Amino acid sequence: MKPSANRSLISRFVRENATTMTLATIFMAVLAVFGLILGDRLLSVGTFQSIAFQTPELGILGLAMMLALLSGGLNLSIISTANLCALTIASVLQFTIPWGDAGSVLWLTWQVGAVAAGLAVAILIGLLNGFIIAYLGVSPILATLGTMIACKGLAIGLTRGNVLSGFPDPIVAIGNGTYLGVPLAFLLFVALCVFVSVVLRRSSFGQKVYLVGANEKAAQFSGIHVKRVLLLTYALSGALAGCGGLVMMARFNSANASYGESFLLISILAAVLGGINPYGGTGKVSGLFAALLLLQLISSALNLMNFSQFLTIAIWGALLIGVSALRSGTGIFDRLHLFEFWRAKSAVSENP
Amino acid sequence: MPKTIQRWTRSHEFWLLAVVIVLSMFLTAATDSFLTLQNLFDLLTSTSFAGILAAGLLVVLVFGGIDISFTAIASVAQYVALTIAKTYPIGWFGVFFVACCTGILCGLFNAVIIHKVRISSVIVTISTLNIFYGLLIYITRGDYITSLPSYFREGIWWFEFTDSNGFPYAINFQALLLVVAFFMTWVLLNKTNIGRQIYAMGGNEIAAERLGFHVFGLRCLVYGYMGFMAAIASISQAQLAQSVTPTTLIGKELEVLAAVVLGGASLAGGNGSVFGAVLGVMLIAILQNGLILLGVSSYWNQFFVGCVILLAVSATALSQRRRHAGLAS
Repeated sequence: MKPSANRSLISRFVRENATTMTLATIFMAVLAVFGLILGDRLLSVGTFQSIAFQTPELGILGLAMMLALLSGGLNLSIISTANLCALTIASVLQFTIPWGDAGSVLWLTWQVGAVAAGLAVAILIGLLNGFIIAYLGVSPILATLGTMIACKGLAIGLTRGNVLSGFPDPIVAIGNGTYLGVPLAFLLFVALCVFVSVVLRRSSFGQKVYLVGANEKAAQFSGIHVKRVLLLTYALSGALAGCGGLVMMARFNSANASYGESFLLISILAAVLGGINPYGGTGKVSGLFAALLLLQLISSALNLMNFSQFLTIAIWGALLIGVSALRSGTGIFDRLHLFEFWRAKSAVSENP
Repeated sequence: MPKTIQRWTRSHEFWLLAVVIVLSMFLTAATDSFLTLQNLFDLLTSTSFAGILAAGLLVVLVFGGIDISFTAIASVAQYVALTIAKTYPIGWFGVFFVACCTGILCGLFNAVIIHKVRISSVIVTISTLNIFYGLLIYITRGDYITSLPSYFREGIWWFEFTDSNGFPYAINFQALLLVVAFFMTWVLLNKTNIGRQIYAMGGNEIAAERLGFHVFGLRCLVYGYMGFMAAIASISQAQLAQSVTPTTLIGKELEVLAAVVLGGASLAGGNGSVFGAVLGVMLIAILQNGLILLGVSSYWNQFFVGCVILLAVSATALSQRRRHAGLAS
């Protein structure tokens, strides 16, 4: 391989992963600054374990939001879907007689069945969203706003606002157990990241999602069944939201109609910070992953410094505006030319 | 003349009005308490907060933008105004003045960021919601303000009268602010040059810019107006609640958005009317009130509201699609 070809490969990698690399750079910088201030208190196994415990809830919900964003839409119903899914699992576990003895295979099957029922509910809500958006032509923000309020209403109505709590050990372990020191929920999150990434990058469905998000009309004219793609996208988004609900209920060992509502807007924030274009068409799972770790690092560091979590969300908001300004390349950070520099470099190496 | 009537019967507002009237007639027939002065006044008072916000949000939506941060702006505005009012004798005028200045400043901050950073207004206002709200709670430590000045606690009443059962009624200041907010918005959108420009911007931003519209100025005006309305709404809410709780308003933003959208405003901009927004707010308020009067458990409230929103947006989308198909053929 000629050195120039090699260099253009590197520059291509830099260009395609600019967001992830920017976020990784910021991550290292934040780690260095807070590491100097906090020393061993930050740079310890415990801190990183707590980050790994806190990331999955928001992370899985972020994946659900990301899919909708990539297709050019938005899914405001992820939290109510997650809660309805969790409540379904919880009520199956509480109102049916456990199968077999504790610890037996039959007993585990019963719990898997409960989780499957919950995920089925989540997928149904996703299909409803997809149907309203794709086949009735309602804008995603309105359709999912409606299902958000209706699903939350259904959950409140059925539970009368009560909390269902106390689940069998295997369910609780999903949220609180570890394997070789790594939280199980984090492993689940990583597995889902890999799954979504493979679906988006390697399957024809994934490529269609990007195309529909980039230009719905062009996708339609090039023979893509846009409606079916949207239906599937929202079904998958619903399923992922359901997984988020499972992790939430496992972590709290309880389920309720209005848990985790503050995650809704934060999940959009995380996805956009991770380089997912809010108008659809571009964005990668790796970007979202880097963004989530950065957000959790800031949160943990500020927490160690005894600042309130509300300062954290203010800083998260400012971070999104800052990174967006950097990314858009116009406006207040115009003089930094960070991206212009990269772009110019890759252009030079491609046309020597 | 028949043509105008025909156009009117095809409009979104006509159908919404029909639904509101049918629902009201049904509730009047089914319950004794719906069509009583007391209930109607209560309805007006309790929708004041959401209604005033809806008036502000309508302008932003017509402009082609969106604002999610107004509940945070409202929280900041009421906290600042009533903290000052607690120690200094600034009076009613002072409370409104301080709140409105705070609200407008927050709105202008949104406008500047959206204009300079050039990212979608949803993303900017989600960020600023977190910034305003996070800083407010961080600085105030989430403390309530309960010791409000006596003039503020008493509120303002006009035309007090008593009905045959001995219940006192009056036009209170929540109801007045609600009416004033919608009237101001109506004047702004329908009777001023600026209003026409806002509709034009929402219709086609690039065309409007090429025609020589001052886009940045308009954006500042629209988001500043939203901040102003958020401030007014927050004072109305604080007077009703008799206290300031910095965490209580957050989370209501999507409900207000739902009401405005129910009223026919499109998220793409250029569409929407004050009458529609009033009807949207009314429909949700009457629905919630009616469910309570009918004895439906209040736990089911949100479910019905959600279903009505889903039905309304689906019906609108379908009728629009039919109209487009009609135009094409």
